[in-house]
Amino acid sequence: MSAPDRVVIIGAGQGGLQAADSLRSGGFAGTVTIVGEEDCPPYQRPPLSKDYLRPGGEPAPLPIRAADHFAGLDVEVRTGARAAVIDRARREVALDGGGVLPYSHLVLATGSANRTLRVAGADLDGIHHLRTLDEARAVRADLERARSAVVIGAGFIGLEFAAAARERGLDVTVLEAADRPMARVLSAPLSDFVATAHRRTGVDLRVGAGVESFEGRAGRVAAVLGASGGRYPADLVLVGVGASPRTHLAEQAGLAVDGGVLVDDSLRTDDERIYAIGDCAAFPSHHLGARTRLESVQNATDQARHVARAIIDGPSRYRDVPWFWSNQGDLRLQIAGLGLPGDDAVLRGDVGAGKFSVFRFRDGELTAVESANRPADHLAARRLLAAESPLRPEQAADPAFDLKAHAKRGTDRAGSAHRS
Amino acid sequence: MAKVNFHHPDGAVDAVEAESGTTVMRAAVRSGVRGIVGECGGQAMCATCHVYVHEPFLDGLPEIGEDEEEMLECTAEPRDERRSRLGCQIPLGGDVARIEVDVPASQV
Repeated sequence: MSAPDRVVIIGAGQGGLQAADSLRSGGFAGTVTIVGEEDCPPYQRPPLSKDYLRPGGEPAPLPIRAADHFAGLDVEVRTGARAAVIDRARREVALDGGGVLPYSHLVLATGSANRTLRVAGADLDGIHHLRTLDEARAVRADLERARSAVVIGAGFIGLEFAAAARERGLDVTVLEAADRPMARVLSAPLSDFVATAHRRTGVDLRVGAGVESFEGRAGRVAAVLGASGGRYPADLVLVGVGASPRTHLAEQAGLAVDGGVLVDDSLRTDDERIYAIGDCAAFPSHHLGARTRLESVQNATDQARHVARAIIDGPSRYRDVPWFWSNQGDLRLQIAGLGLPGDDAVLRGDVGAGKFSVFRFRDGELTAVESANRPADHLAARRLLAAESPLRPEQAADPAFDLKAHAKRGTDRAGSAHRS
Repeated sequence: MAKVNFHHPDGAVDAVEAESGTTVMRAAVRSGVRGIVGECGGQAMCATCHVYVHEPFLDGLPEIGEDEEEMLECTAEPRDERRSRLGCQIPLGGDVARIEVDVPASQV
């Protein structure tokens, strides 16, 4: 095998940029090229559904790296460029509008795309998705004049938006098709708590509520018609019904794709020259014990660091602890690990005061910790899950048990084991 | 405008001017100050914007909140009980028109 000397990264989000950074900080001396579709300098997406929507002047988007960062590292960032085809036999990426990038290693960091609703009226003005800066700008502009908003989907984006819209004094209705918010990822106790918190601020959160169609007036949305008959007036609609991995290039190149680009436990696709990271990659998760796909900054950047090491030093198993956060008004949710709907739930803290965590166990082993306004539990959980230190459900439930000290002891033990 | 001086372990100094209302982290990331990452976008979630504030500037700072307190236990470089802060939790302007901070050797 020839020396790895040309890395092409498709995708200029958190994962793509971190991969380039980590290649350089790891001593990679070959060429590194990042190809990104959006025209603007790469920016951070998480604030777009949070701080960015606050009243007041439009905040400047936060760059993922400063404008001249990559020039200083001799990394080429091609924004406004779209990879058209991957030619695996020639090890080349052809760009839209001409241009070919040869690679020794290719990193797919193509992210995910908004799922859309295919119902009548879905293309009316005033119906928004929220992923890109352009979309966030359009949402902000409409928020300035709207009086009522309907959110479709009580997921993280939908609820973060709902909190922002309520803070601005809009009437907000949230329609969720499932029987509770974020049912796929959150335990029932935390999900119920989140629902109550939003209702208390005046959000009309309706579960088991599907969407039939949108009603328009002069090309602009005026109301959402529910599947079971309700009519919800809206000057603004935010559709937050999840995302699909962007796998088109991988499929076209004949790589295995099934709910994401399939990678092995070192994040390598079935072509040993090609890795996939972040939102687009379906990987065998050490912590879940099954294949999954995660949409988070942590997942994108940790996988990026891992793949950079793999390109420099050879593949190894990826096993970083997944974690995630969501700010919804005063509510601060933090999740470490990966739970499944059947996991046991053990409460720690004070639910009434809105400061508690749900510790989730499967067959007596800790799988995930979901925290509401309990940052200490969250960080202890990250440590415990990383070190795979045992925690018993009765310890988690015991307010007198010193979780933080227990987690630190576990980290120290794991650290000394690694060093020896 | 506020002025922030970032002192690097090798002795180099980045002098950054930033708009009031922004934070030490945002000022650093926008200007490309090495060693300040800000991976979570300023939510006190990742501890990659850890700085050591120079003594004379400690007084004007807001108190350390619960989130920041916990994150400061997880910094890559050791916490200094007095001087360690997260850059995303230091607002610029108002009481903090000028500040000097040391950038730790690593953040991850």
